[in-house]
Amino acid sequence: MTQPLVPHPWWLAALRRIAAMILRHVYLFRGSWPRFLDLTYWPTVQMTMWGFLTVFLAAKSNFFAQAFGVLLSGALLWDVLFRGQIGMFYSFLEEIWSRNLGHLFVTPLRPIELALSLMVVSVLKTTVGLVPATLAAMAIFDFSIYALGLPLIGFYLNLMVMGWAIGLVMCGLIMRYGMGAENLAWGTAFIMTPITAIYYPVAVLPAWLQPISLSLPSTHVFEGMRAILIDGAFRADLLLNAALLNLVYLTVGLVAFHAFFQVARRRGLLLNLGE
Amino acid sequence: MAEAIVVEHLSKSYQDVVAIQDLTFSVESGSTTALLGGNGAGKTTTIAILLGLLLPSSGRVTVLGVDMLRDRHRVLPRMNFSSPYVDLPRRLTVEENLLVFARLYGLNRARERIGAIARELDVHQMLDRPFGSLSAGQKTRVALAKSLLNEPALLLLDEPTASMDPDTADGMRQYLAHYRQKTGATIVLASHNMAEVERMCDDVLMLRAGALVDRGRPADLIARYGRTNLEEVFLDVARGGSRTAAAS
Repeated sequence: MTQPLVPHPWWLAALRRIAAMILRHVYLFRGSWPRFLDLTYWPTVQMTMWGFLTVFLAAKSNFFAQAFGVLLSGALLWDVLFRGQIGMFYSFLEEIWSRNLGHLFVTPLRPIELALSLMVVSVLKTTVGLVPATLAAMAIFDFSIYALGLPLIGFYLNLMVMGWAIGLVMCGLIMRYGMGAENLAWGTAFIMTPITAIYYPVAVLPAWLQPISLSLPSTHVFEGMRAILIDGAFRADLLLNAALLNLVYLTVGLVAFHAFFQVARRRGLLLNLGE
Repeated sequence: MAEAIVVEHLSKSYQDVVAIQDLTFSVESGSTTALLGGNGAGKTTTIAILLGLLLPSSGRVTVLGVDMLRDRHRVLPRMNFSSPYVDLPRRLTVEENLLVFARLYGLNRARERIGAIARELDVHQMLDRPFGSLSAGQKTRVALAKSLLNEPALLLLDEPTASMDPDTADGMRQYLAHYRQKTGATIVLASHNMAEVERMCDDVLMLRAGALVDRGRPADLIARYGRTNLEEVFLDVARGGSRTAAAS
């Protein structure tokens, strides 16, 4: 009677569904140059501002003259975390705004597959948004973040994973509490900015705040970044700390996403979201 | 004939509000069945539970032989759903939307299938238009096309001809009847269009305040209530009258 619908092994069928959801976002961006511009605009503006501040400080201070890229690298890497998280959350909001969630969840798409597709989309968005900023940093300030070498891949991955973990909780909050949670979700990343040691070492923070700071994977990434730029040393221990913490963060994020999805199913929220 | 849907003692409550209470019914394979009732009767809640979008407080739901509450992903590829109250991404074109859903259902030769269904439902001329630019009636047709992409064995429709002009709505009803005849699919619909229900459905489930108050073939219900059409039966049921009182 019907076409063979899932003719592939389960993992291949799952990959095809994830690819379908990625395609949905590619279509959205392909048809909208303002969205594309929006991705690259803020990272480049932010990088430029920090770049000029660095130039000014380098002229006044030996420290900044010797470690020229500390602030710029901090700004660019922070944007990886922020864009990773917002990239995931914003893509999820697209489904809410278009009142499409009800259609999606009556297809064979599983919540975990939706989450995985959002992760891939956030990587694409973050990369597309940040590469122009890094190229602009080379052109304007003669600074290349790629000089961090191979550890940059580790930093990038860890910050992305942390962004996903936060993004998953945010998406879950939207499913559970509706659009009322949107503002809370937008502001979550900024709560961390003073304590995650982006522009200054953890040692600067008060003693009572340092354990909290060190419980964030991003803190270990920024400490590792400074170790390379200031001391010329790659600290594998810091990267490992970040990875282990991220394992916990991502697990919590996935569990929270699934739990909020189940609550939304119990309360009948999936059909009404976005209205 | 086998049963496509079996619902047993289904209840759903939200804190103090009872949406469905102790609902038990079955739907025969290959039939077209309507859920009828006023606002708040429990139609949408029932459809949402059948789709697995909503978890019941208690009861059992078996769809196409699969326990919907435990194993819904086994049966979702063989079901589909359309409602004017659930949208598709507005900035994607109709074709892009249909391609995404075709891939979500794992269809091979997705473009071929989309082309065929678009011609059959007369939406082929709007394939390259953004979904958001369509009229309400056109959106309903596209949503219907989406719901038929995977040639579902069970099709759940909420107001299937909402916002369509009479000619288009008539064409859609004919198409759905033809689809059912061709594929042997089961169709469950919720509609406020009584003439549509009379014409399309073999069986009608009358709901009031979350409970099943009556069921039968449209002609049998009309005769049983001593009325001339289903709309009068609907009003009797919605206003709480019994069939005996209505007949007298």
